[in-house]
Amino acid sequence: MDKRLSSLIEAVADIQDGATVMIGGFGGSGAPIELIHALIDRFIETGSPKGLTVINNNAGNGHVGIAAMIEQGMVKKMICSFPRSADPTVFTQAYLAGEIELELVPQGTLAERIRAGGAGIPAFFTPTSVGTELAEGKPVQQFEGRDYVMERWLKADHALIKAELGDALGNLTYRMAARNFSPLMASAAARTVVQVSHAVEPGAIDPEHIVTPGIFVDAIIEVANPAQEEELNRAGAHHP
Amino acid sequence: MTEKLSNAQIAWRAAQDIADGAYVNLGIGFPEMVARFQPPGREAIFHTENGVLGFGGAPEPGEEDWDLINAGKKAITLKPGTAFFHHADSFAMVRGGHLDVAILGAYEVAETGDLANWSTGPKGVPAVGGAMDLVHGAKRVAVITDHVTKKGQPKLVERCSLPLTGVGCVTRVYSSLAVIDIEGGRFVLREKLPAITMENLQNLTGAKLHVTAPVEDLICPEL
Repeated sequence: MDKRLSSLIEAVADIQDGATVMIGGFGGSGAPIELIHALIDRFIETGSPKGLTVINNNAGNGHVGIAAMIEQGMVKKMICSFPRSADPTVFTQAYLAGEIELELVPQGTLAERIRAGGAGIPAFFTPTSVGTELAEGKPVQQFEGRDYVMERWLKADHALIKAELGDALGNLTYRMAARNFSPLMASAAARTVVQVSHAVEPGAIDPEHIVTPGIFVDAIIEVANPAQEEELNRAGAHHP
Repeated sequence: MTEKLSNAQIAWRAAQDIADGAYVNLGIGFPEMVARFQPPGREAIFHTENGVLGFGGAPEPGEEDWDLINAGKKAITLKPGTAFFHHADSFAMVRGGHLDVAILGAYEVAETGDLANWSTGPKGVPAVGGAMDLVHGAKRVAVITDHVTKKGQPKLVERCSLPLTGVGCVTRVYSSLAVIDIEGGRFVLREKLPAITMENLQNLTGAKLHVTAPVEDLICPEL
């Protein structure tokens, strides 16, 4: 078995119109910029994929990454906790113009919904959002005298994530706080594609250090020296 | 306007109540300032929602590594003992009751302990982040805030008028004029600036201030 792909084009070729796509990253840390930009390039060339539902903590910053997807009109709906950033113009304009839907989810609930999706748990109860407008319409149940809101799992057709080391079996490590949602998303998507900064042979990663075991990963593509969203934005970059 | 504490002084006062070895989450923005004022000889362990525990302060300009940031997307640094983990573990620390204290900002705090700090109403783009999670689970949820709004309206009120972040969650408020505990659905005054009278403080507060023990002077260093 070898999960390594040879091109970014191949890595994003399977994503269809209307798909739900989890994209790793918290702000710029862990954002798989090269995978996202390959997807945008495909859309510009072919008109597809469009009508996407994107799941991420945020809703893009500046004019690269997820913001560039929204700017191109590929995204129908964002599921996120914090659609604000240093430069949220692209999402804000699309949202206020009614061109994009927003499902706002408390951050810990978002993480747990994705974890539950990957773990085969269709619903769970959390104290988060009890008594607030984000709990409206959701079942509430009391356990040991305290109210909890029922939240549903979150799954996706695809996950696009970024990791540091990845071997041919899909075992992954991450770099510092770039880990964030990515291990959860890898488990919750039908197909998980990972851009890794270093592709290595099986055995090169100490089994004690593997964060995401390869069973959650379908394909890896090596992107050496990946772009940092924060640096792109500080340089005023646009994609394309 | 009455003499009041600066934001740095409010943060300093909140920092005095953080024990050595406490696990602490500071909300983004103003609450991050509390980390600067740890008393000598005490070391809190700071948690950030995006998966870092026990991190250090900001790096020198030009030394930032953008894979190493806090929940406010600001660059932080490693120090001996820093740990990384994914988001579900991070919020297990929050909801699971493992944090000793969370210190957050506020638009309004009610005498019931209700907090409103995420939305000013239906206008614009709503954003909640981790605020609704943080208010549940930390052993102590403290608020640091100006005592009144920029327009002079009380931020400490009987009932919040803005969308709630959490119900009955705040246990202590460090304001620009006073330190107030929330106990049994009422504000209990613990400390106040010596220069302000009880009457003036009550007039700037939107719910009754209760006194159950001698009120201490709130004295902070010039910062």
